[in-house]
Amino acid sequence: MSNDNIVLYERKPLPTKLPLLGWSLLLIGVVLTFLAFSTDNVRASYNLIIVLMWVFSIGFGSLFLIALEHIVGSDWSVPFRRLSEILAAVLFATPLIALPLFLNLDQVFSWLNPVILDSDKYVKNKSPYLNESFFVIRNIFVFLVMFLFYFLLVGRSLRQDKTGKADTKKWSTKISAIFMPIFAILITVVAMDWLMSLEPKWFSTIFGVYYFAGSVLTALAVLTFIAITLAENGYISKYLTEDHFYNFGALMFAFTNFWAYIAFSQFMLIWYANIPDETMWYMQRGGEGWMTISLGLIFIRFLIPYMALVTRPSKSNPFRLKIIAVWVFIAHYYDLYWVIMPEYTKKTELHAPVYSWFEFTVPILVLGVIIVVFSLVAGKKNLMPIGDPKFRKGLEFHL
Amino acid sequence: MDNKILHSVTAIFHTPDDIIKAAKAVVKAGYKKFDVHTPYPVHGMDQAMKLKRSPLGYFAFALGVIGATLGLLLMYWTMTVDYPLNIGGKPTFPLPAFVPVTFEITVLLASVATVVSMIVIFFKFPNNSHPLHDTEYMKQVSSDKYGLTIEAADPNFDFEKVKDFLSKIGGTNVEAIYYDNDEINSKLTLLEPKFLTGLAVISVLVITITYFSLNKLMFMQPFNWMMDQQKITAMKVSTFFDDGFSMRLPVEGTVARGFKPYPYPDSVELASRVLVNPLEFSDVNLENGKRKYNTFCSPCHDYHGNGVARLNGQFPNPPSLHTDKVREWSDGHLYHIITVGQNTMPSYDKQLTQEEKWQVILYVRALQRALNAQEGDLQ
Ligand code: HEC
Repeated sequence: MSNDNIVLYERKPLPTKLPLLGWSLLLIGVVLTFLAFSTDNVRASYNLIIVLMWVFSIGFGSLFLIALEHIVGSDWSVPFRRLSEILAAVLFATPLIALPLFLNLDQVFSWLNPVILDSDKYVKNKSPYLNESFFVIRNIFVFLVMFLFYFLLVGRSLRQDKTGKADTKKWSTKISAIFMPIFAILITVVAMDWLMSLEPKWFSTIFGVYYFAGSVLTALAVLTFIAITLAENGYISKYLTEDHFYNFGALMFAFTNFWAYIAFSQFMLIWYANIPDETMWYMQRGGEGWMTISLGLIFIRFLIPYMALVTRPSKSNPFRLKIIAVWVFIAHYYDLYWVIMPEYTKKTELHAPVYSWFEFTVPILVLGVIIVVFSLVAGKKNLMPIGDPKFRKGLEFHL
Repeated sequence: MDNKILHSVTAIFHTPDDIIKAAKAVVKAGYKKFDVHTPYPVHGMDQAMKLKRSPLGYFAFALGVIGATLGLLLMYWTMTVDYPLNIGGKPTFPLPAFVPVTFEITVLLASVATVVSMIVIFFKFPNNSHPLHDTEYMKQVSSDKYGLTIEAADPNFDFEKVKDFLSKIGGTNVEAIYYDNDEINSKLTLLEPKFLTGLAVISVLVITITYFSLNKLMFMQPFNWMMDQQKITAMKVSTFFDDGFSMRLPVEGTVARGFKPYPYPDSVELASRVLVNPLEFSDVNLENGKRKYNTFCSPCHDYHGNGVARLNGQFPNPPSLHTDKVREWSDGHLYHIITVGQNTMPSYDKQLTQEEKWQVILYVRALQRALNAQEGDLQ
């Protein structure tokens, strides 16, 4: 590989079937969503929040992975940075997804309900933060800041493909360092606004971290799946080795444990203190059919991925990694369903978990968004950051 | 040199790539008994040396499972079976609270036991010598060089050939390592006086330090700040109140929640006329009345109310509760006696709640009826 004439990466156009698949999924998803909103706009709104938070996870998580690479200066991930950069573009879909929600805020957020505001002083005391105009302003601000950092982090990297300028690295590192604390605040705001405030009386200071852990895990899973699939079909460099993929496995393993750690910390502290204001959230998820879902979360999100990733061969075998990545991706849906839907069923007569075509729209829409954005953005670009001075080093990476 | 036994031949390499290449070459040449020493784990070495997958993982896993089980059993036995405590109204088997401890014990046992078994199995404890110890080779490979040794025990071993081979694949400082005769001949046993003395010294040290830190250190500044607070401790002399009592009576006129003060402390007649037992005969009331009667009244009045009881001889015997007089008294009268006392009988106002007093009275009535059963009681 020391010979410079060897081509490390050659652009190969993505199959035309891909956009077709994406657009048709997206179309079905959008039609179903419209149908859902006209049938039962409360239930449709709750499901759309799942879509929003799922897509957010992928976009935000990818942005985090890019910044992480710049800050710690890792080599192995350089060949995959472009894929994260493409995936982070799903962030541009989030305002569109959020639009119907902004129009239906009073359907989901009980802190907008005048009856509850009057009767519950705890909710009323939170109204300086939880009120319609501040909510909208703050979330638009979040979108804008995200876009800003997307352009700052990704734009230069794209231009570097042609210029090959080495000082891009320095700039990106600085931007990433500024991004990190802002990212921490933004993701906490997002998690609190869209997930925690569904039950306005409840609060948990660790909740932002909880959502963050799941988000990075999801972004990693999507990245792993796409990277391996592309590598298998020859769309990215053929010099990738098992050692590269091992890192994906190791990171997914680490974040699976991190998620479990955070989820358990949140649960145990609330369980121990036993204060009604805090336990109510778990009581809701411990009764009337939800208990099974809650226990299932332990297995689906932690024990099964843990066991699947614990040995060394499973971390470096691309085929197994792909399956685990799909699992982790779906587990995030399970997690979000578990966080969001009890707040919906609480309002209905049923109380028990519900699942029908309303809920099934969610994965269709999310897959549609990912594939469409990916094929749109990736279509015109190199799939690897060929201008990065560390690109070769990254390819030559060995454990 | 002649009488020395050869252990191995060593060679030094300078980069991780070199040592990996060397390991591959050694495998290719067919040597089985060789080893590589590096200052840090060099990735890819396992494959280069064609090592089988280490069973260590399974070993650690099994130990971890044992640790988790033991930890849970320990907590289950102490907290749930042997000495159940109510902590904050939690169940006596509070699984979430056990999780962190179980996790710690799992990790502890898995790691400590793995290290200990390595010392015992691979280093053949109490053996503490190895021919490579104290060699220039060892010094180098534990700082910044990479080393490879081919042992004399290898079936293909030939001294000259191995030396040539190692230089050929790029090794420098090719050296022969011999067993140290003193080390082979010395027989170390666990009962070595030096070892035992060392053990004794360590034990004494550990005990002293433990004793000091638990019994002295914790009572010194600033560790005692949490303990010595400016607060009243039960049964301690108070420097704050003039009379020196820490435990205080409630302020005059204090009324407990749900408690009504007794309105007729001076008048039996009024009490016996006005007060009516609000309770009815029921299993619960009689059961509780019996419990309270047996606790508070039976020492003097006996379990059946005949007046000769466990305090017989130490306290004036009370009259029987089965006299016609007492039987004809109203419940209010008995209530007054329990609340205020009568002559030598003290008041039981503080020990019994208002409801309990009425329950005790019901029970006394039941006792009286038992000795004077009437026809029809069986129905
Ligand atoms: C410390 C021993 C003692 C205890 C305990 C005690 N009593 Fe008495 N009780 C006496 C004595 C002594 C008398 C007789 C007092 C007197 O000389 O009038 C008495 C008298 C009585 C009388 C009046 C009997 C009579 O014929 O004048 C009643 C009724 C009575 N007790 C009920 C109770 C009840 C109910 C309890 C339990 C709450 C109780 N006592 C606990 C010692 C005790």
